[in-house]
Amino acid sequence: MKILIVGGGMGGTILANNLARRLTNELKTGKARITMLSASDKHMYQPGLLYLAVGRMTPDELYRDQASLLEPGINFHVDPVEEFHLDNNRVKTKSGKTHEYDVMVIATGSRMFPEGVPGMAENAETFYTEETALKMFKRLQSFEGGKVVISVGIPHKCPMAPLEITFMLHDYFKDRGLADKVQLHYTYPIGRVHSLENVAKWAAPEMDKLGIKYDTFFNIKEVDGAKKILRSEEGVDINYDLLISIPAHKGMEVLEKNGLGQNGWVPTNRTKLNMEGRTNVFICGDTTNIPISKAGSTAHFEADVLGENIAAMVKMGTPVREYDGKVFCFVEAGKDRATYAMFDYQNPPDPKAPTKAVHWFKMAYNKLYWISARGLL
Amino acid sequence: MAEKKIVDGRGSFCPGPLMELIVALKASQIGDELEVLSTDKGSANDIPEWVRKVGHEYISTTEEAGVWHITVRKTK
Repeated sequence: MKILIVGGGMGGTILANNLARRLTNELKTGKARITMLSASDKHMYQPGLLYLAVGRMTPDELYRDQASLLEPGINFHVDPVEEFHLDNNRVKTKSGKTHEYDVMVIATGSRMFPEGVPGMAENAETFYTEETALKMFKRLQSFEGGKVVISVGIPHKCPMAPLEITFMLHDYFKDRGLADKVQLHYTYPIGRVHSLENVAKWAAPEMDKLGIKYDTFFNIKEVDGAKKILRSEEGVDINYDLLISIPAHKGMEVLEKNGLGQNGWVPTNRTKLNMEGRTNVFICGDTTNIPISKAGSTAHFEADVLGENIAAMVKMGTPVREYDGKVFCFVEAGKDRATYAMFDYQNPPDPKAPTKAVHWFKMAYNKLYWISARGLL
Repeated sequence: MAEKKIVDGRGSFCPGPLMELIVALKASQIGDELEVLSTDKGSANDIPEWVRKVGHEYISTTEEAGVWHITVRKTK
């Protein structure tokens, strides 16, 4: 069976390694073949960007060579797919090569799209790429006081990022002795400070305690850079001195161009993870249109299910498991405290009060990630 | 031409049915009807409240076997 994995991020990498271990004998005998096509020879630990933006990590800590993370036996090519021919079970890459498959998994992730809001890209700082996170940190270093507004577009990658960057900014300015000169002002699209009700119940009093203001039901309409005003669809204007953006995201352009899904989100069965209408195409991670968090842990848990299922398809012709919607998110509550939220389709999260122990576990996970990507954790 | 779309937010705690609706409205045309499916009874209050606040049209809410069906129309 020819297994093709499109995308070398967290989901694709965990899946490829998971499959390579489950199919050791099949790879040796030629009964199975795993090919990964990626746009980059580097693998980025994307959650590290949050720390880069406040000077707590350096760029080199974010990367490993993608080939070094993959099990032997996986055919890895830096050659992104440009054309998907699903009816013929093949793709065509940027270099012009054609790859045929029996089973394909698309795990190409998502990208920030600040250009969707007039004035956002030119006037806001963000941290969803190495370049923008470094720029944001340099801007923070030169900021000596004023009103810092956090704006939240949807859908966005990492549902905890709006809260985490807000609490981390609080501690950053406090450490610089600017707590009295900086007013943090958080905004959120729905009627509470986070989509998860129990997380919101914890976070709002935390903001009250730290003197962080917040506006809910705030969906960004536009940014007036000349007047330094953030405007909402609900008709509210907020002045800012420094604007921090959690930008809305889109799936990859190549998927939209190939007609696989509006805005690059591919219609996906929420338990079987197959592309709607296709039995041999599966979707993993941010790329799905499933209404759950776009987060690394989502990709990880989906990859675990797909690994088990595709290996079972090779060995006995049928998948064996369903994805239950499991997500696990750490929530940094400042520079030295954290909590977590774990939930699935049936069970909401019940986050506990932040502790130093959870924060240090998160710091350890920032290193353990590389074991996770290898499919060992 | 106006369409009717289903926004399936069942089992979605995060981002949740209202966020799914907001995203779907952005991708819709004026006049389109959107029916949100939610297993969170809070949606029956949250969604009409936001829809009225932002100026779209709230049409109806029904409940069937633990699933709330909330229909709205994009007006701007």
